[in-house]
Amino acid sequence: MTTLDARVRQRDRAAKAVLYAVLTIGLIVVVGPFVWMALSSLKPEGEIRSVPPTWLPDTWTLDNFRDLFSRLDFPLFFFNSALVAVAVTAGNLLFCSLVGYALAKLRYPGKKVLFLAVLGMLMVPGMVTFVPQFVLVSNMGLTNSYAGLILPFLVGPFGVFLMRQFLQSIPDDLIEAARVDGAGEFRIFFRVVLPLCRPALATLGILTFLASWNNFLWPLVVASTEDKYTLPVALALYSIGQNRTDFGLLLAGAVVVVVPVLIVFLLLQRHFMRGIATTGLK
Amino acid sequence: MTSAPAATAPARPVGTTPDRPAGSIRRRQRLRRALTGWAFSAPYTVLFLVFMAVPVVVSLVMSFTDLRSTDLRNPFAVNFVGLDNYTRLFSDDLFLRSSVNTLVFVVIGVPLTIVLALAAATALNSGLLRFRALFRVGFYLPVVTSIVAVAVVWRFLLDPEVGLVNNLLRVVGVDGPSWLFDTKLALPSLIVMAAWRNFGFLMVIFLAGLQAIPGELYEAATLDGASRWQQFRNVTLPLLRPTLLFGGVVTGIGYLQFFEEPFVMTQGGPLSSTLSVSYHIYNQFGFGNYGYAAAASYVLFIAIVALSVIQFRFLGDRK
Repeated sequence: MTTLDARVRQRDRAAKAVLYAVLTIGLIVVVGPFVWMALSSLKPEGEIRSVPPTWLPDTWTLDNFRDLFSRLDFPLFFFNSALVAVAVTAGNLLFCSLVGYALAKLRYPGKKVLFLAVLGMLMVPGMVTFVPQFVLVSNMGLTNSYAGLILPFLVGPFGVFLMRQFLQSIPDDLIEAARVDGAGEFRIFFRVVLPLCRPALATLGILTFLASWNNFLWPLVVASTEDKYTLPVALALYSIGQNRTDFGLLLAGAVVVVVPVLIVFLLLQRHFMRGIATTGLK
Repeated sequence: MTSAPAATAPARPVGTTPDRPAGSIRRRQRLRRALTGWAFSAPYTVLFLVFMAVPVVVSLVMSFTDLRSTDLRNPFAVNFVGLDNYTRLFSDDLFLRSSVNTLVFVVIGVPLTIVLALAAATALNSGLLRFRALFRVGFYLPVVTSIVAVAVVWRFLLDPEVGLVNNLLRVVGVDGPSWLFDTKLALPSLIVMAAWRNFGFLMVIFLAGLQAIPGELYEAATLDGASRWQQFRNVTLPLLRPTLLFGGVVTGIGYLQFFEEPFVMTQGGPLSSTLSVSYHIYNQFGFGNYGYAAAASYVLFIAIVALSVIQFRFLGDRK
């Protein structure tokens, strides 16, 4: 009996060791490219290509970043990306929570149709709308402008879905009590309801900011001169243009795109995970 | 828009205003409710209609016209051409090629991503407690990063001459292939990269699904003498089915539109072996063929709707 127990325990320990080994290899494969990217961006061009490859730079250098910020206009691209992402996030937080509240808590004609239209839009890919969106934006004279970059993303179907779902869990009594106290509808919304929505707003804000920061197709189409490029557009166009073989420069560019997001993610990863899990399971 | 008159809000007792008929009060109440509802909904609805709903409809109309970029100034020069764009699409070798590539990307990429995600989720859920958060965060890392940046990094990793992958292979004496420049290997390389980037997302969803399975089921199965594998086959998989399907459809919708990867890594080559439908649409748009691009995007849309319908079918079974 005891020998059997011991054997089972031994087998369990072996299984656990294998599991750890596999997971660790997986982790190296997943995280390794980012480490390689960050370390290589600090190497001189020749060392990035050396055989056998080095992990840590033999010669540490910031030349790649210096080039990125002086020869190319990356500070401006960074500013453009940040400006667009902040505006898009603010718009989604405000408009989606307003309409989400109406859909969850108010009774008015046309509400069902509106919700169905929004739900249907969840399925529509950006690829389907971008051609007429471009025609529209160019007829408004907004191509190659911040407004053109921001407006089509100021609202989205996902935010409404998320906010409505969350707002339904807020008790009606609370709203009714505020109404009895004589508070106006908008006052109720901003003073009573919105403060309770902080977790949902955090999730929506993070996901929207991220989607905007990483968005590619629309800024690629709308930004026609360099001064309106966002980071992904600049990086992609440089990487297939005349700088296509400048490993160091482009890896430094990738660092500038990726690292801020990774820092934010590591700081807020709990919100990320919860947001993903709740949207996934509905 | 000012907020609705607040003082009169709780107008419950109808009988308190005897000189007015109840019907008119109810009508006014209904009107006020409608105004309030639409005051909250209007800003969103206007933007939603102008920038999303109308473009979806316009896109369809556009796909039946010969609209070109040069027609933007005088829309009256545009002619309706019926189904011409659609019939042309299906005799367009590049479109057919891109459709096949996209299907391959979905048909191989989605199961690969699901298997990786399920393996990771099961491993992290298997009573191993130490470092679980570390693995979870690590596997999720690529999901939050820009595809463009990731594609740039991978293009260099896979460079046949100086890339890290072939350099490492050289260290162990293997002459690595020229991944992205090989018509047979380029698309599989992109698929593996997509799975690498996306499995963390599904892993988190699957983990939540696994944790929702009651532990007693496994205890009962263990008492019945079921092995780990049997438990996985007969308890985990059936109960996780809706979550798996959801994950499969979400991933499939994303993969049907893959664009950044070939744009940055291969420009659709070599010999169109990585040209995707989205990339083809983008190219046609770039050539100024708006009507044609709209038709191609509607075909893609229909493929996505078909996938979603399958989802609702399967998920409907749950209840």
